[in-house]
Amino acid sequence: MRMVNGLIDWVDARLPVVNSYKKHMSEYYAPKNFNFWYYFGVLSMVVLVNQLLTGIWLTMFYSPSQGFESVEFIMRDVQWGWLIRYMHAVGASAFFAVVYLHMFRGLLYGSYKPPRELVWIFGMLIYVALMAEGFLGYVLPWGNMSYWGAQVIISLAGAIPFDILPFIDAKDAKEIGDALTTWVRGDYLLSTATVNKFFALHVVAIPLVLVALVFLHILALHEVGSNNPDGVEIKQNKDENGIPRDGIPFHPYYTVKDLPGVIIFLIIFAVVVFFFPTGGGYLIEKPNFVPADPLKTPDHIAPVWYYGPYYAMLRATTIDWFGMSSKAWGLIAMGGGIVVLFLLPWLDRHPVKSIRYKGWLSKLLLLVFAADFVMLGYLGTQPASGLAKTLAQIGTVYYFAFFFIGLPLAHRFEKAKPVPERVTGGH
Amino acid sequence: MSNDGVNTSRRTFLIGLTSAVGAAGALGAAVPFVKSWQPSAKAENAGAPVQVDISKLEMGQRVVQEWRGQPVWVIRRSEETVSALDALNDQLKDPQSEQDQQPAYASSLWRSIKKEYLILIGICTHLGCSPLYEEEPTVELKEGGFFCPCHGSKFDLAGRVYQGVPAPTNMVVPPHSYLSESVVIVGSEEGETKA
Amino acid sequence: MRKLVAVMLFSCLPVMSFAAGGGNNEYVVDAPVNLQDKVSLQNGAKLFVNYCMGCHSMEYLRYGRMAEDLGIPDDLVLENLNFTSDKIGDPMENGMAEEDGKQWFGVTPPDLTLAARHRSADWVYSYLISFYEDEERPFGYNNHVFPNVGMPHVMAGMQQELSEEEFKSNMGDIANFMTYAAEPMAPTRERIGVYVLVFLGILLIPAYLLKKEYWKDVH
Repeated sequence: MRMVNGLIDWVDARLPVVNSYKKHMSEYYAPKNFNFWYYFGVLSMVVLVNQLLTGIWLTMFYSPSQGFESVEFIMRDVQWGWLIRYMHAVGASAFFAVVYLHMFRGLLYGSYKPPRELVWIFGMLIYVALMAEGFLGYVLPWGNMSYWGAQVIISLAGAIPFDILPFIDAKDAKEIGDALTTWVRGDYLLSTATVNKFFALHVVAIPLVLVALVFLHILALHEVGSNNPDGVEIKQNKDENGIPRDGIPFHPYYTVKDLPGVIIFLIIFAVVVFFFPTGGGYLIEKPNFVPADPLKTPDHIAPVWYYGPYYAMLRATTIDWFGMSSKAWGLIAMGGGIVVLFLLPWLDRHPVKSIRYKGWLSKLLLLVFAADFVMLGYLGTQPASGLAKTLAQIGTVYYFAFFFIGLPLAHRFEKAKPVPERVTGGH
Repeated sequence: MSNDGVNTSRRTFLIGLTSAVGAAGALGAAVPFVKSWQPSAKAENAGAPVQVDISKLEMGQRVVQEWRGQPVWVIRRSEETVSALDALNDQLKDPQSEQDQQPAYASSLWRSIKKEYLILIGICTHLGCSPLYEEEPTVELKEGGFFCPCHGSKFDLAGRVYQGVPAPTNMVVPPHSYLSESVVIVGSEEGETKA
Repeated sequence: MRKLVAVMLFSCLPVMSFAAGGGNNEYVVDAPVNLQDKVSLQNGAKLFVNYCMGCHSMEYLRYGRMAEDLGIPDDLVLENLNFTSDKIGDPMENGMAEEDGKQWFGVTPPDLTLAARHRSADWVYSYLISFYEDEERPFGYNNHVFPNVGMPHVMAGMQQELSEEEFKSNMGDIANFMTYAAEPMAPTRERIGVYVLVFLGILLIPAYLLKKEYWKDVH
């Protein structure tokens, strides 16, 4: 034991091990009133580890020049390969599920408001990196859905309206767009050159960025401290030892609280992985069981569910406005839908953080927003019929109205409840 | 928060229990990751046993067959060749094949199931070159044998290593068996393993 | 050109999706899939090899794996079901060259390993029982589930010889076998899944008690 302590001292004199442990675990004081919504941060971490582990293992057997064959090779010939692959494929959806709920928690309790703007920004960067990662990974199995999904998304590069810049005319804009799509593909069609490139980005570049961003996200969070369902700053009420009266050490209290949460999540995850690995076509789509075929588009091209809301916005935009094509507007709606989330800390002008103490209007707007987002997500995966299109258009308008009108102005039309001094509820 | 009346032993017990069950789970979860490194069904198929037809093999002749990416030699030896092996014993490192370089059924002096047919993995036990088959006596090998051109290791016509050469052990006899008089299967013992 | 096609496709996506979303085919009925029924799977394998594999491969399934999973001895498979190779571990490929298939039927007959996952077992079964006579088609038959299909009705002879019930049962066996072939690990997957869930359920108990114990401190 003395030797072990000696070793710890030796390392600690050279590396802040004990200090970091204290700062981030045993002496990181988290509010004691975390509720259900506060599990999704740690769950994102669990899924990240799952994706990294299974992903590293998949690279051992996957080969980008034979995308489709090598996935079936993994599913059939590699011992237990099917489990590793299903864990990774279902894990991708699980990642978005927990991240969406994690983000919604932020919306509920105003976790993006000062002083946590940077936490939110890093989180948003993670989300964007995750979307890129998901798309790149989706292409790798090189099924027919991979092919046509990539085809559509890469074509979007050609829809960027460069001609809004004063010195570029429409003809030049089209040439730039063409050049850009060719550059992304690395070929005149989607080919092995594209898959190779996407593989490198998917397994090395983006994961590096993701891990770095997660690190920064947590570092920024631990600098300012966690928010809580009451939106009360626990650091403003400290005892004589400088410890927040409403805070409890993250370790052991939240480690032991997170553990059952993680296990329950793993139970749900296992049910999907072992009993519904394709999720009825929502997690692994049926057309992806045929190899990529440049001559045959699947009957119904739909993105995976987690891109649904943005895809619905892209499709909902069907009017040429102010001299720009509907296609360009679609791209702007889709990109804007994501960009607007970055601005959230500055759009929300409400003096109160938590939804608990906001008024009825804010509550209603947020509730409708959640329903709207789910609806758009669903519409994005469905064929666009007449009614669906109208709904998607209404949904898109509401989405932006929520951010640009609702959040900045709601507080003027409602009476907020008084925010308590201390957090409420112990558990 | 207060720490009065904490039941320390209950906490220690629950930590131990949760850790033990959790560790068992981690062990179980590691199984797929460890097992996936085993040869795949594709590799198993590529490395499946191979059959060699020996009916057309002339006396002294050798056929080479690939098995699991290695050259497998089948050599037909005359009665004189086999009976001359005994005389070489004192020049060899392991004349009685005591080291585990062959299946039990090939641990005889002549290192094969049938005296007539020698089956060897044609790789030098020094650094992995494939030795040359010297059917006729040479300056180096007065009784014939295998000579490794890389570092000069020498083996007799049973694949036994000579003294004073870099190779440490006899050449490897792969698992094999006879499906019939004329067909030997390398990599499988499903056929006959007795002479 | 490709770019143009892509952009056109892109812009008419909603329309195309609408066209494709035009409802389910009324001829698609439930397939009698039962992966535990070895007799059905064996019969399906036999029929598939004899009637389908002349043109369609099953290249991601290996003979040896099929033999093991379906409980057919290796030598029986090699003698009666494997016409193209002599190794039990080989994939179930067929002898037909791609170009020949294209010339004979207009399209290369697709590999069918994953057909039951791509379409669905129900689709496969319904397709097999939905051929009807149609003078206008080059081979004299058309199909309700896959209109104007390029494939001839290879099982026409069998359909005439057998009663409708027997024929449907045979086609059900093929669909069953193809369901197996599309995901041979499915029964293993579910079996392991049960173990995993039981384990996680057990792990949850001490973890929950641990949480309760520590949170006694928090008031």
